[in-house]
Amino acid sequence: MKNYPGRINLSIYLSAWALLLLWASPALAHVEQGQAVGFITGLEHPWSGLDHVLAMIAVGIWGAQLGNPALWILPVTFPMVMSLGAMMGLLGIPLPGIEIGIAVSAILLGVMVLGEIRPKLYIAAVMVGFFAIFHGHAHGTELPAGQSGLLYSMGFVIATGVLHGIGILIGTIHRWPAGKMALRGAGAFIAVMGVIFLWQAVT
Amino acid sequence: MKRTLLHNVCILLGSTLSAVVLLPADASAHLVTTGMGPVYDGIGHLLLTPEDLVPALAVALYAGLRGRVPGKRALFFFPVAWLIGGFIGLAANTIPAFPVSAFSFILVGILIAADLRLPSSVFTVLAITVGIMHGFFNGIALKAGPAGLGLLGIMAALFVLVAIVSAFVISLKPPWTRIAVRVAGSWVAAMGLLMIGWFFRGQA
Repeated sequence: MKNYPGRINLSIYLSAWALLLLWASPALAHVEQGQAVGFITGLEHPWSGLDHVLAMIAVGIWGAQLGNPALWILPVTFPMVMSLGAMMGLLGIPLPGIEIGIAVSAILLGVMVLGEIRPKLYIAAVMVGFFAIFHGHAHGTELPAGQSGLLYSMGFVIATGVLHGIGILIGTIHRWPAGKMALRGAGAFIAVMGVIFLWQAVT
Repeated sequence: MKRTLLHNVCILLGSTLSAVVLLPADASAHLVTTGMGPVYDGIGHLLLTPEDLVPALAVALYAGLRGRVPGKRALFFFPVAWLIGGFIGLAANTIPAFPVSAFSFILVGILIAADLRLPSSVFTVLAITVGIMHGFFNGIALKAGPAGLGLLGIMAALFVLVAIVSAFVISLKPPWTRIAVRVAGSWVAAMGLLMIGWFFRGQA
C-alpha cells in the first residue's frame, strides 16, 4: 500500500479535528447575572446618541416619502447591514472616519427628505446600507463588561427598528400638503444637525 | 503537485473551520427553577433562553407567512424534532463553543425578511433541522436539571407557541402587517450576525 504525503496530512488533520471534538469539559452550574441589563442597555443605547436617532428617523421618513416597496426595503436593509458593520467592529476590523460617516449620513438623509429625492430603489438601498455600516460599527459594539452580547444586540436592533418605525409613522403625514411641507422641514432640520455633527467630528 | 497542495490547503481550512465551529465548550448550565416541577422548569428554560426562543418564534413567523399547510407541518414536526434532538442531547456531554444557533437566526431571519417561498417539503426539512439542533442544546443544558420531563414541557410550549404565532400571522390581512413580520425577520438575521461577532469578541 502506497503512502501519499497528502493522505498522511489528511490523517493528521482529521485526528486533530476528532481530538478537539471529543475534548470533554465539565458542566459548570452558575448564577446568571447582568443578562436583562444587557437587553436594557442595548434598548437604551440608540436613544442616547442624537446622531443615531436622527439618522434612523430620517430613514423611516424617507421610506414613507418614497412609498412601497422602499417603505419596507430600507428598514429591512438597515439592521442587517448595520449588524455587518457591528460585526466588523467586533472582529476588530477598523473603519476610518466613523463619526464623519455618521454625520454625513444625517446630512445626506436629511437632504433626501428635504428634497423628496426619489432615486432608483437600489441606489436608495445601497446608500442606506452604506451608512448603516458606520452606525453599526460605532454603536453596535459598545457593550458594558459583564453583560450578554446577544441580549445587548437584541435590544440594540429592536430599538433601531423602533426608531425606523417612528420615522415611518411621522412620514404618514406625507399624504397631506401641509404634512409634505412639515416633512421637508424635518429633513432640513436633520441635515442642519448633520452639519453640526460633522463640525464636531472634524474639530 | 499543485493539486495536492490545493487539496491540503482545502483540508486544512475545512478542518480549522470545523474545529472552530465544533470546538467543545464548558456546558455552563443556567437552569430555571420555577418551583413547580421539571415540566415547568423546561418551559421556563425555553422562555428565558433567547438563543432558543427567538429561532422558535422565527420558525413560527415563517410558517405563518407561508400559509396553512406549512403552518400545520411546523406545528407538528418542529416540536417533535426538538424533543428528539433533546433526547439525543441528554446523551451528549459537550456543546460546541461556537454559537451554532446563530445560523438558525440568520437563515430563518433572511427567509422571513425576503418572504422567500420555499416548497413545503424544504420548509419541513428546515423546521426539523432547526428543531433537532436547538433541542440537542436544550438536552445538554437540561441534563443536570429537569431532563426528559423538562423537554416534554418545552415540546408542549413550542406546540402552543407555534400554533398561536403562526395562526396569528396567517390571519394577518393588511399588507403592512406582513411587512412588519418581514422587518422582524431582518432583526432576527441581524441578531444572528451579531452573535457570531460577539463569539469572536469573546463576549457571547
